[in-house]
Amino acid sequence: MGVASLVLADARFPGGGHVHSGGLEEAVARGLVSDVASLESFLEGRLRTVGLVAAAFAAAGARLAVDAGVAQAPLRDARASAASPWAVLDAELDARTPSAAQRDSSRAQGRGTLRAVRAAWPSPVLDELVAVHPRPHHPLLVGAVCGIAGEPAEEAARCVGYLAISGPASAAVRLLGLDPFAVNAALVRLGPVLDAVVAATEADDLPAPSAPVLDLMAQAHVEQRGRLRLFAS
Amino acid sequence: MSDDHGHGHLISFDPTQTEHDHHEAPPAQGRAVRIGIGGPVGSGKTALVAALARSLGDRVRLAVVTNDIYTTEDADFLRRNAVLPPERVEAVQTGCCPHTAIRDDITANLDAIDTLEERFGDLELVLVESGGDNLTAVFSRGLVDAQIFVVDVAGGDKVPRKGGPGVTTADLLVINKTDLAPLVGADMDVMTGDARRIRKELPVITQSLVEDPAATEVGAWVLEQLACAPAPS
Repeated sequence: MGVASLVLADARFPGGGHVHSGGLEEAVARGLVSDVASLESFLEGRLRTVGLVAAAFAAAGARLAVDAGVAQAPLRDARASAASPWAVLDAELDARTPSAAQRDSSRAQGRGTLRAVRAAWPSPVLDELVAVHPRPHHPLLVGAVCGIAGEPAEEAARCVGYLAISGPASAAVRLLGLDPFAVNAALVRLGPVLDAVVAATEADDLPAPSAPVLDLMAQAHVEQRGRLRLFAS
Repeated sequence: MSDDHGHGHLISFDPTQTEHDHHEAPPAQGRAVRIGIGGPVGSGKTALVAALARSLGDRVRLAVVTNDIYTTEDADFLRRNAVLPPERVEAVQTGCCPHTAIRDDITANLDAIDTLEERFGDLELVLVESGGDNLTAVFSRGLVDAQIFVVDVAGGDKVPRKGGPGVTTADLLVINKTDLAPLVGADMDVMTGDARRIRKELPVITQSLVEDPAATEVGAWVLEQLACAPAPS
């Protein structure tokens, strides 16, 4: 891995990620996650769905940033028209994120990451991305940064796929007081799933798996009133 | 445009050359001055923010960001007591880590400040109230221009002696709830003596919001910060 994907995947990266639990807080509140075993199951489901979508868009963003053989059909169509390919990716990711709360969470993390990466990787590519939306989706921004830094698309995918599970795992340690060594081991056990997700991002089409329960819980999390809420998502 | 247009004026038409500019300087780089208010749980941070909002609210265009771990508890208090209109209070989630949100990863707070600045455009002061934490919690200089650390006599009169970055380095230390000192057996001379010894020339204010609901001395200190805020780098 290059320094870009390492820095972006680091829990100490100051991009605002620590206030997001990726639906874990809501799952805990509903009693769906209560120990390491149920956490691991939650993480695997999240990785195979939300994580795969995010990883695929990070990879697409990385390829687009270096303009290297953009394979996906929607982008080929964009090339034929005058539409910004970043706008196409932005819209495609919106379309794959049915929960408004999840879209907002993705953009909140993108905006936070943007503030940090502007200082570290100044590039006109970032301006193109921000011109499409002032709060870019987090996977697109991570992909763009990896591309700017000269890292291959699969590293961008691995970074974002890993973040899809490391963030909720850290939230679980904080919320449930789980044994951090056991949680860390669960993350490592998901390594082969992460590999499979990364490999799937090389497909010609942008994937669109769905996790309706995660969508619903993300929405319920921001709409509920009166209960303690420690995380933004 | 040249200052000298060759006429050899005996009288300067530039008022700033002969008299002090009576216009107040705009806040640093066109943004509001940010003052952080931190301190242990229950020391009276929210009560101080409410007092400042009441006493300064009609003189200073201000807004508040709260970081309470209960997310909206402090914000609701400020709104419910009509100290500030609801739109002038933003609450952020801190993912169980109030010190992280004000020190290591300040993104969520910067986003909240940006939201307030965009909403009002002409803010002079943003008070950022941290969630209750421990004696080591301090604000990042990337988040605030100055910070107040609030401790209270009921927390034990040895607290200033214990030191820690909050007590030692905050721009202002407030020893709160002095009216309770006789009831809890706190020795004010010990507290202020230790505080002044540890802090050397940094200011210490003792106050009781029961006796002085306007927080007069702290309010004067805040106005001083507004008057002489250094331009951020």
